[in-house]
Amino acid sequence: MSGVVWLDALSLALIGAGVLFFLAGSIGLLRLPDLLSRLHALTKADNVGLGCVVLGLMLQAGDAYELLRLVLVWLLVMFAGSLACYLVAHSAVTAEATADAASPAATATAAPAASRDER
Amino acid sequence: MSVALLYGLVGVALAGMGLYTALAARHLLRRLLGFNVLGAGVFMLLIALGARATGAAGRADPVTHAMVLTGIVVAVSATALALALLRRMHASEGSARLPEDRAP
Amino acid sequence: MSVEATLLDAVLAALLLWLGWRALASADLYKAVVQFMVFGLLLALAWVRLGAPDIALAEAAIGAGLTGALLLDTLARLGAAGAADEPHPLRLTPARAGVALACLLLVALLAATVLALPADLPGLAPQALAALPASGVSNPVTATLLNYRAWDTLLEIGVVLLAVLGVWILDAEPALPRPAPDPMLGLLLRVVLPLSVVTGGYLLWVGSHAPGGAFQGAALLAAGGVLWHLAQPLRLSASLPARAAVVAGFAVFLAVGIATAVLGAGLLTLPPAHAGALILLIEAVAMVSIALIMVALFAGRAPTTVDGRQ
Repeated sequence: MSGVVWLDALSLALIGAGVLFFLAGSIGLLRLPDLLSRLHALTKADNVGLGCVVLGLMLQAGDAYELLRLVLVWLLVMFAGSLACYLVAHSAVTAEATADAASPAATATAAPAASRDER
Repeated sequence: MSVALLYGLVGVALAGMGLYTALAARHLLRRLLGFNVLGAGVFMLLIALGARATGAAGRADPVTHAMVLTGIVVAVSATALALALLRRMHASEGSARLPEDRAP
Repeated sequence: MSVEATLLDAVLAALLLWLGWRALASADLYKAVVQFMVFGLLLALAWVRLGAPDIALAEAAIGAGLTGALLLDTLARLGAAGAADEPHPLRLTPARAGVALACLLLVALLAATVLALPADLPGLAPQALAALPASGVSNPVTATLLNYRAWDTLLEIGVVLLAVLGVWILDAEPALPRPAPDPMLGLLLRVVLPLSVVTGGYLLWVGSHAPGGAFQGAALLAAGGVLWHLAQPLRLSASLPARAAVVAGFAVFLAVGIATAVLGAGLLTLPPAHAGALILLIEAVAMVSIALIMVALFAGRAPTTVDGRQ
């Protein structure tokens, strides 16, 4: 059936795109200068990458239950990943803020950085 | 070389690395990591040997799976107890190494 | 065997060896523990490649997750001074040459033995599968764990109980005091705790006919419990219900064993008519007990009595 080939090609394309996003996130983790920018690159890229991979797999799913389980996996990993990103950023910023609490300039730059990542 | 054989040899190598670390390292947490990697290597050897049975019996040997599952649970319990001992020793003696391994 | 599968196995094997070595030899212990956790997750992939999905579930939750959490917790307690280690912790000095040689010899002997084994040994799979209809379940691993080798599993639960008793006797201080409860952790808990209960129960139920079982379910429940403890420190009370819950897994299993020994064919020889129900009973109680014990192992402090004494 020609429909099956089309489905497989789309799956392959989506999973390939997902892998590229993961790669981009990992390169960001290795190359970016500080914790917050690395977290930003990693979490955003990994979420999109996971979404693409799960979409590609959903096209290959056998039945509705498998589809729903894949969606559940996607939602859970996104939720846990975003929360973990927030917790890491929050603790890093809090540690930084208490470390140089004497310097008002440091806390002033930390506050907008924290609000940027909480979005 | 079949898949199971490859993983079996990887398991043997991991067991060797873990055993060397458990015996030769000085920091107790590192020794505990070595103990865990040794366990992982042994489990891998068991499962690989069980997977080799698939060719002859149609299904991997479930007895090796059961043994490894038991092993994983026992390993985490032993690790937890060892970590409690480590924390207690560190709290009372200030070092995470055995007396004979402390820095001269 | 397809090319992609062979490539996947080769890359996975190389990664496992490399990560395993890095986890052991990294000078910074924090890096070593993180590498060990990633090693554990890749190990779960290896279990899937070897046809052991039950083990993969257990490894990901217990081997990588819980063990990693325990190691990180202790590392935080040791502090910067306690976690410091020499730059080349496993360097081959003359003192270690003997140990290294012995380990190499062991590796060589084991590898030679593995290579010398005949490739077509059926193992115990035929016997296990033949006895499956009378075992009460249709998952051979669950049948082996709770019927053929029930004695081993009983002792395993006993070992877990002993470990938590040991941790309570030591009553070691927990990790550094936790920061104020974070509202985001509260949100995480509100979503994850009900899900961990449902999926843990599902794994328990499905373990009778598909990959799963009591230990995997217990690991999921314990994961929820550990998250709860991270958000708000839990401490077991030394009241009777709490103590009963911790001991119940071992006690119920032992009671079934004694009942079969006295009334039936022998110690832990489950009668085929009731085997399914008995296995479910043992697994359900064991799951709750083991989950509670795993959270207690992570939390670390001994139980308190009602008036605060221990």
